[in-house]
Amino acid sequence: MYLTQYLLLAAVLFCIGVYGVLTRRNGVLVLMSIELILNAVNINMVAFGTYNADVGGQVFALFIIAVAAAEVGVGLAIVLLIYRNRRSIDVSDASLMRG
Amino acid sequence: MLSLLAQIDQPSFVRPEIDWHGVAPELLLLGLGALVTTLDIIFLERIRRFMPMLTGIAFLIPLIPILTLWSQSEDLPRVMFDGAYVIDRYSLALKVLFLLSGYIVVLLSTDYMAEGDYYDSEFYQLISASILGMVVMSSARDLISIFVALELISIPAYLMAAWRKRDLKSNEAGLKYMLMGVFASAIMLYGMSILYGFAGDTKLSSIATAIDFGGDTAPIVTLAIVFTVIGFGFKVSAVPFHTWAPDTYEGAPTPLTAFLAVASKAAGFVALISIVLVALPNQADVVQPLMWVLSAVTMTVGNLIAIRQTNIVRMLAYSGVAQAGYMLAPLAVYGQEFNETNPANAIVNYLLVYAAMNFGAFAVVLLGARKTRSGEISSYGGLMNYAPGLGAAMTLFLFSLAGIPPVGGWWAKFQIFNVLTQNASWAGISLAVIAAVNSVFAAFYYLNIAKQMWFMPEPNEDHTPIRFPAPLATALAITVIATIVFGILPGITGDLSDFTNLAAR
Repeated sequence: MYLTQYLLLAAVLFCIGVYGVLTRRNGVLVLMSIELILNAVNINMVAFGTYNADVGGQVFALFIIAVAAAEVGVGLAIVLLIYRNRRSIDVSDASLMRG
Repeated sequence: MLSLLAQIDQPSFVRPEIDWHGVAPELLLLGLGALVTTLDIIFLERIRRFMPMLTGIAFLIPLIPILTLWSQSEDLPRVMFDGAYVIDRYSLALKVLFLLSGYIVVLLSTDYMAEGDYYDSEFYQLISASILGMVVMSSARDLISIFVALELISIPAYLMAAWRKRDLKSNEAGLKYMLMGVFASAIMLYGMSILYGFAGDTKLSSIATAIDFGGDTAPIVTLAIVFTVIGFGFKVSAVPFHTWAPDTYEGAPTPLTAFLAVASKAAGFVALISIVLVALPNQADVVQPLMWVLSAVTMTVGNLIAIRQTNIVRMLAYSGVAQAGYMLAPLAVYGQEFNETNPANAIVNYLLVYAAMNFGAFAVVLLGARKTRSGEISSYGGLMNYAPGLGAAMTLFLFSLAGIPPVGGWWAKFQIFNVLTQNASWAGISLAVIAAVNSVFAAFYYLNIAKQMWFMPEPNEDHTPIRFPAPLATALAITVIATIVFGILPGITGDLSDFTNLAAR
């Protein structure tokens, strides 16, 4: 197996994730797309770590997994809060204030 | 069984040397934060009234080891984990800034939280978690610890932005901040993963030596740098990653807005300085143009939109975007030789002054809103007539934000211009001109508020004076004194950029 195969897989996942964040209007699907990006990063980290024979990449991936769990926990809580008040999780509905 | 285990050839684990004195501030803050949380769980309602005071004390006690570390300056920098965690004058000054910011945010929140029936103790516990992340961030010189510190700062802030559960605006503030923040940190991580792949190590100093191609920059490294900078660009609300800021600032509880506008932004800058100056000192031909564009666009767009705002919190939000543009400017010339003041020193000094004056402005906004229940700039009419002390303080902060001597802001701006023009490079001079034009624009809308307070009549002819609760008055006093001291004793903080030689080790 070559390093490039893993990097290509990660790049494809990353692009799918970014596309999902930019086009999806459903709050939960946006969070799922962000998870795709984070998993692309994890693949990169582990692949580079093995390639460089350095354990740091795998340690970083473990940290990312743990922090992503916390992020999604908080994210889902906020989406649920919005749903309770609005009966909708469409992020484009959240437009009381216009940046 | 034990004898069997002893026969297996295990790699021996050597505990890395830990400098307990060096990490005492972090450990104390962590311990006291956990203690306050435990007290809340045990005593529930009986201790709720004392929560702000206890959290404030938890922010002040870690200042003691910082002072003892500072006084033993011959031992600095103290390096742990092969340079992944560094305590030097730069990080100590920032730790003081973050702990005092935390203390001021607690003072600002005390009455705000007690008067609206929110879940107040949890708010203070989340603030301590976030401040702990910032204190760690100022010493972190490793991609992993920078990432973990950044998330420790952000995740509690997402929750606090959506604090008012039944208020649709607060919900929206939390949603926008959370989605943009998580997205930006995911992009940043992708950049970091490529940087790590090139260097084979997560330490910033190793990255500096690993991607030193002597000017020849691979496209993939450029991509990694741009992605990494985007992540921090979001945190410091640089245009075009600023779109969350005004909405989040308006919808979130106002003390949290002050927290985001000052402490969280400062933490983003700290990480940006560490990454750019420690990990990428030889990548100036990529980072300089990037920072030039970010800085010029940020200050111009921030100021142009700030002029149009009628709500004072939104105005302060966009003015904060513009101020971030000034603070990014020194990074556009960082690769050059400096003999007087250098980019890191200019940015840190600006952060200290900016914290004092912006917290002060938010304290006045909170006090004003107690009477007028409004955030409109027009509601500040005639403030000088019924609350002259408050009006004078606000005038001081506005002059400081606009950069008018003798209050703090001019010194901070002067440092920035000094760095930009020192080497007479084309990039530095042109950015200095843009910053100067922007400062004039900015003075217009800052002084507009001063005009409202001094010369306009009160709306509704309401002359009742504003009652000062003790915590808010304390916060106001601290910020007024800091703003004046920074202005009349310029350079009181000394040179705080002794970390730059770290990469050379």
